[in-house]
Amino acid sequence: MANYNTNDFKRGLKVQIDGDPYLMVECNFVKPGKGNALYKCKLKNLIRNTTLDRTYKGGDSLEAADVTEIDAQFLYRQMDMFVFMDNVSFEQYELTKDQVDDTWKYLKEGMVCSMVLFNNNPITVSAPNHVVLKVEYAEPSVKGNTATNLTKPVKTETGGEVIVPSFVETGDMIRVDTRTNEYLERVRE
Amino acid sequence: MNPVDACPDLLPSANWERLRLRAELLARTRAFFAERGFLEVETPVLSADTVIDRHLDPIAVTLPHDPRQPNVGRTLYLQTSPEFAMKRLLVASALDSTDAAPQAIYQLTRAFRADETGPLHNPEFTMLEWYRRGDDMQAGMQFLSDLAASLLGRGQAELVSYGEAFLVHAGVDPHTASAVELAAMTSYWGISVPEDWDVADRDAWLNVLLTHLVEPQLGQGVPTILYDYPASQAALARLHGDPPVAARCELYVDGIELANGYHELLDPAVLRERNVTANKQRLADGKPALPEDSRLLAAMDAGLPDCTGVALGFDRLVMLAAGASSLAEILAFPIDRA
Repeated sequence: MANYNTNDFKRGLKVQIDGDPYLMVECNFVKPGKGNALYKCKLKNLIRNTTLDRTYKGGDSLEAADVTEIDAQFLYRQMDMFVFMDNVSFEQYELTKDQVDDTWKYLKEGMVCSMVLFNNNPITVSAPNHVVLKVEYAEPSVKGNTATNLTKPVKTETGGEVIVPSFVETGDMIRVDTRTNEYLERVRE
Repeated sequence: MNPVDACPDLLPSANWERLRLRAELLARTRAFFAERGFLEVETPVLSADTVIDRHLDPIAVTLPHDPRQPNVGRTLYLQTSPEFAMKRLLVASALDSTDAAPQAIYQLTRAFRADETGPLHNPEFTMLEWYRRGDDMQAGMQFLSDLAASLLGRGQAELVSYGEAFLVHAGVDPHTASAVELAAMTSYWGISVPEDWDVADRDAWLNVLLTHLVEPQLGQGVPTILYDYPASQAALARLHGDPPVAARCELYVDGIELANGYHELLDPAVLRERNVTANKQRLADGKPALPEDSRLLAAMDAGLPDCTGVALGFDRLVMLAAGASSLAEILAFPIDRA
């Protein structure tokens, strides 16, 4: 892969440090009047989700990371293994529960997710921002008790838990924001 | 489509209030210098000579003698500061014993530095630069403090030596610590840098500590003038003291570097040596060497009078006065709209 020189540094750059892919989330140019240029960077490790603050000086370079994003359809789950398929090449990818992270809460068969590949290996997968899920189980609402129990947790068909308004019942379809795990609305089919 | 929507960059990035503030500060600056008997001068922005500094990259342009061959001709440099030309005027003033010769000169001009773009940097910027004969560093810092107090209204500056500031904010003596000790302090403070950095590059470690730990603490409240820089960062300042330090100062407001001043180096032989060193470093950094002979050296041979000179980044001054945090907020057209 190519190298990026400090002149190329900018937000959104994908680079490789110690074998891990990083996303440059911040890059601030500082330069004392008579001194060397410095680039104060904030880098996010795309595998571990940790951030690294590192300062580079003018002329330093970073290796570009071969990071691509593909549309991948969720096929099925087998124990702790999640199987996806590249919608274009039909290649299949298996992700561990760790790699899938919180996304497992929203995965329904056939759902098209966004998958990030590093050197052609999947590193993360994310569900669409909004998904519609069936409520598998909700505590029945208690009549006359509206003031205190305005919300309640429910279990969805995919096994996740979402806090919803008390009027939501078992069997309802609800729209959920996958970035925040927040209930958005009840959906009528 | 509306023409403005089609090209939003056609409009300025600063609002009228800030453009008016700039005009007002320019007028107040000129009045400040006029009241103190400074002569306003204008010198060329394009010159055959340029400052040789390891970390200052001038923009070279070709002056074609045949417009059909625009790339053939003399190489001139867009000035990184008006320093050389202004010093030549000072030499002329020293050679002239009549009353016509000015004792102090100032200039508001455009300066250019390649490869400096960021919230606090624009490759083309306005520089206020002045020189007064007979001023030593102390007098020069007092004048700078008066100017800052007048234009920014944050009071007189506190004077802190570079050494004290490092001891207080970085816990290390910048004049005696070795490069290895400075590198160790950098990691002690949790500042992460690439492993392949040259451990022996003392000034690079000083700059990392300066920008991460020292600068953010300066000029909070009243402005700060940092003085007595490491001898290795003298540029065009003379050295003094034992062990020697550079008679150089910098003004900081809100952690932002605003001005740089020297009790000027007068000895052309020392400048010749520094030029050779700076060009060696530039070549080692993979950058082109710059012409070592200049009319400044010839002028210094003729006799530069004792003086202190200061250069102030006028755009940053406007930015601070406006309470803005980036130059784009106060420039009509920063480089990406230029």
